[in-house]
Amino acid sequence: MQEPIIEISDLSFAYPQQQKKALSHINLKVAAGEWLAVIGHNGSGKSTLAKLIDGLLTPQSGTIRVAGTELTPTTLWDIRKNIGMVFQNPDNQFVGANVEEDVAFGLENQGVPRNEMLKRVKKALVSVGMLNFAQHEPARLSGGQKQRVALAGVIALQPRIIIMDEATSMLDPEGRRDIIQLLKSLNKEKGFTVISITHDIEEASLAQRVVVIDDGTLVQNDKPAKVFQRGTALIESGLDIPFSEKLKNELKSYRIAVPQEYLTEKGMVDWLCQFISKK
Amino acid sequence: MNKVILGRYIPGESVVHRLDPRSKLILSFFFIIVIFLANNWQSYTLLFLLTLSCVLLSKVNFGFFLKGVRPLIWLILFTVLLQIFFARGGTVYWQWGPLSLTSLGIINGSYVFCRFVLIIFMSTLLTLTTAPLEISDALESLMGPLKKFKVPVYEISLMLSIALRFVPTLMDETEKIMNAQRSRGVNFGEGNIVKQIKAVVPLLIPLFVSSFNRAEDLATAMEARGYRGGEGRTKYRIHFWKRNDTLACILFGLTMIVLLYLRNW
Repeated sequence: MQEPIIEISDLSFAYPQQQKKALSHINLKVAAGEWLAVIGHNGSGKSTLAKLIDGLLTPQSGTIRVAGTELTPTTLWDIRKNIGMVFQNPDNQFVGANVEEDVAFGLENQGVPRNEMLKRVKKALVSVGMLNFAQHEPARLSGGQKQRVALAGVIALQPRIIIMDEATSMLDPEGRRDIIQLLKSLNKEKGFTVISITHDIEEASLAQRVVVIDDGTLVQNDKPAKVFQRGTALIESGLDIPFSEKLKNELKSYRIAVPQEYLTEKGMVDWLCQFISKK
Repeated sequence: MNKVILGRYIPGESVVHRLDPRSKLILSFFFIIVIFLANNWQSYTLLFLLTLSCVLLSKVNFGFFLKGVRPLIWLILFTVLLQIFFARGGTVYWQWGPLSLTSLGIINGSYVFCRFVLIIFMSTLLTLTTAPLEISDALESLMGPLKKFKVPVYEISLMLSIALRFVPTLMDETEKIMNAQRSRGVNFGEGNIVKQIKAVVPLLIPLFVSSFNRAEDLATAMEARGYRGGEGRTKYRIHFWKRNDTLACILFGLTMIVLLYLRNW
């Protein structure tokens, strides 16, 4: 593992006027170029974690280091340049009057000269496949398209880390798949570090590492295969399990001996083929 | 909600569409002031010719302009009739108590009518050919000198452009809440005034609360994208003052000079 791009140690946070801590004693490291999924039930503190990393909230205790610098009020704006965030509601994060202006908003904030801006906006729109919609107003776009524009706004800023804060939760299955595909290629080809906070188990299964948060504490931090092996225990903590695990459970109820370890969909198909041919 | 003509924008590629929003805004205001210089039929003919040629140049369907006049038709009729029946002077055709029909009254009435129509046509032309955002840009740029007097010009224009961007979104939301409340048995637009006003409450409060949520989300998203206020920002959207803008200004200036010449002092 190379030098971690995000290093969180002993992080605790409580919202004002609330007794219970939203997050307590979190320790986490994210490597550069990694795809990390953070899962947990509603109110478990996932979004709070994302906002803390971006400095939108200030922790009560603990430290966060992004790309080697510690997050403090003075380094805040420099650190934010490393991080691009896409939020849940596609409507509420659309600042510009049309697509290209929205993509340019972050660049305007950084004082990028206009010629450079034109180039970067175009490139970002091409990379999310929205160039033909450059002049469209938000009211004329679907939810998935708006999220792609939000992602383009992040790409144009050329950050090192992209945080998706439940960015696919309000989309239909097709829009969700598109966005995830896009993220995958950004992660693989362009080397962005991706942190996706999600309820979508398929999205989590694509990640290189999954972090499970339950009631503000980090309960598991492992490869997806290891996390999903918990099977029914995951359901008890308010989460879903992948399709292959569900199939395994169904098979188990027919008294078929299924392998204990987690199998991907492809692995499941292979195993089923072997199982039938052995009979 | 689509019936509102006021502030509606019809995208197009005409000469008028391509003018700089600043020049359009200035010229529309200028025109409204200049109209009051006209006080005989020659000057009104000139103004009508100018307005009609602008309308034709914009290539916008003429029906939109008539629709713009329609909501104000009662106001226009009322004022015109008031002028016709109460003005004195010239030949008297008919008289009954305080009411009288005189030649001067008829002339004054028709002048008032012309003024109304011209002003409405010109302002409709401005909103039909200029995107709302261009208007807010134009305002920002024209308010620029006020920065010296500590007027937060940048903040005002940002507010204006965000407000304009959220108009359709909030319209949709209003409709959604209305339908949601209807499906729970609220009757909108029925009963006496008190009942109607009471029916608006279950629409207004949720809309108000959701606006707060939106504002919070938007503020977070803006901050996450590095927004720190107007200082040190560059602009993506810029407008260029072109030759046509200068020509338009010269044209309107000449019109004013001719009007001054034609005027019966």
